[in-house]
Amino acid sequence: MIEVNSISFRYHKDWVLRNVSFSVGKGEFIGMIGPNGSGKSTLLKILCRLLSPQQGEVFFESAPLKKLNRTDIAKKVALVPQEAHLLFPFRVMEIVLMGRSPYLGHLMFERERDLEITKKAMEWTKILPFSERPMDELSGGERKRVFIARALAQEPEVILLDEPTANLDIHHQIDFLNLILTLNRERGLTIVMASHDMNIASEFSDRLILFQQGRIWKMGTPGEVITQENIERVYGCEAWVDQHPVSGTPRISLLKKGGY
Amino acid sequence: MKIVTAKKVIILSTLLGILLILIILFSITVGSVRVPLLHSITILLQSILGVKGEGTEIEQTIILSLRFPRAILAGLVGAGLSVSGAIFQALLRNPLADPYILGVSGGAAVGAVIAILMGLSTLSLGLPLASFVGALVTVMVVFYFGKQDAKIHPNTLLLAGVITSSFLSALIMFFISVSQKEELHTIIFWLMGDFSFSSAKAIYMILPYILLGIFLLYFNARQLNLILSGEENALQLGVDVERLRLTSYLAASLITAASVSVCGLIGFVGLIVPHSVRLVFGPDHRLLIPASALIGASFLIASDTFARILLAPIELPVGVITAAFGGPFFIYLLKTRKVIKTL
Repeated sequence: MIEVNSISFRYHKDWVLRNVSFSVGKGEFIGMIGPNGSGKSTLLKILCRLLSPQQGEVFFESAPLKKLNRTDIAKKVALVPQEAHLLFPFRVMEIVLMGRSPYLGHLMFERERDLEITKKAMEWTKILPFSERPMDELSGGERKRVFIARALAQEPEVILLDEPTANLDIHHQIDFLNLILTLNRERGLTIVMASHDMNIASEFSDRLILFQQGRIWKMGTPGEVITQENIERVYGCEAWVDQHPVSGTPRISLLKKGGY
Repeated sequence: MKIVTAKKVIILSTLLGILLILIILFSITVGSVRVPLLHSITILLQSILGVKGEGTEIEQTIILSLRFPRAILAGLVGAGLSVSGAIFQALLRNPLADPYILGVSGGAAVGAVIAILMGLSTLSLGLPLASFVGALVTVMVVFYFGKQDAKIHPNTLLLAGVITSSFLSALIMFFISVSQKEELHTIIFWLMGDFSFSSAKAIYMILPYILLGIFLLYFNARQLNLILSGEENALQLGVDVERLRLTSYLAASLITAASVSVCGLIGFVGLIVPHSVRLVFGPDHRLLIPASALIGASFLIASDTFARILLAPIELPVGVITAAFGGPFFIYLLKTRKVIKTL
């Protein structure tokens, strides 16, 4: 589905991504992990062409991404942002309707079909009860769900998630991730998620990509990637890796200084 | 579901259009010479249909060459300033932005002041042309300074505008300090915003800029909604942000330049009209642009009418009226949560 072919990217002088190659299969759930500044967010932006790499190329279904029209990309790839600052208080419904934008021309209003799709997206994400509320009256968790609903309204094949669980309590974290997992399993949506929470990434992803300073350090199943050695080499801190008591996926525990 | 539909826009625009027509009719009947409403209507209709009019000759002259053109001019300027204010607020992501924020007004003022000092203001269209040129030059200078690696950054543009603006105010102060007493009165009235020295010909000068500008912005109305949720969000939803920004800034700047050139600096219209429309009808530009245009036109025609009749036969600068209404209204805005909260 997505083919990343030895891309390198820099904002100014220093390379943020160096010679990164990987591919994402249809219906896969990919987790991207790595320290701050290792290039995860930048890579997500490149995958929906908010940024273009200086070297290498990204292919979407074997077509070069840079040759595609921006609205065509928006119909296939949706990005769920970490947080969007809205200047004026749009209502929930209006935000989700914006997801239909790639399907509408200038001077056009949403059609019956657009309203149906939007309503379904809001049903899936359980935000229909407050669809009339202004965005600035919602909690962080509710706002996240609004943006995933907007992404669903785009009817994409791939959803890119940037730190989806940051600032959410554990109840909202698991709610949100289960929703994503359902979309992945039942609707065949391809998911690429950048996360700082390695335990979550390990539990939910089919494959993990571990980044260090703009390079891929290790790529594979959670069991292959999350090992004590990899974590200590990439993050430079001591960690204890064992197994999730129920699922058996790798689990990380942090160790405090001074020994036990 | 409460969303903006084509039907809603058409119904609301029709209602606001009717309000605008009523205000124009009110405006042309009142004044130092009162023309009965029925006479005003027949005179207008007959002049449009090309038949010889009813009513006395004096009434015809008052309506057709003085009050009606003035009302149309005030309407165009009110619509222009309101729409460009709404656009600057969206593009600069700043609820306090008004049409003058990029310094277009300063350029227009310098052009006008030079024209007044050189005696060009006695020529027909001398004053508006000079200030229009001043405004256009300023737009170009601000965009030249505001660009960074061939891109427009809202904050850089804003800074370029503010700095250009303060430089131009220094120029204006200099000109004021060297001007004669008679010129000073004209300059000060111009700076406060005034329709009394504008001629009917000015309508044709500004009409294309204001109408085309508003249409161009309306063409991009839905995309402008997306840009309110941030540049990356808009890009991700398929909007060519760079092009949208450039065309919208230029359209709004041209509208402002055209408006300012015929009547000077009328404050508050571009700030209070879009904010009131947002409070009542929501922030969707597909409704905000037409509603702001029509309400802005009505508001400025009404203000100008009051400016004419309040202390008749003395005419007040219309800017005094809009500011007198605008000041208290703005305090009210600051006290209400919704618009300002996101600052």
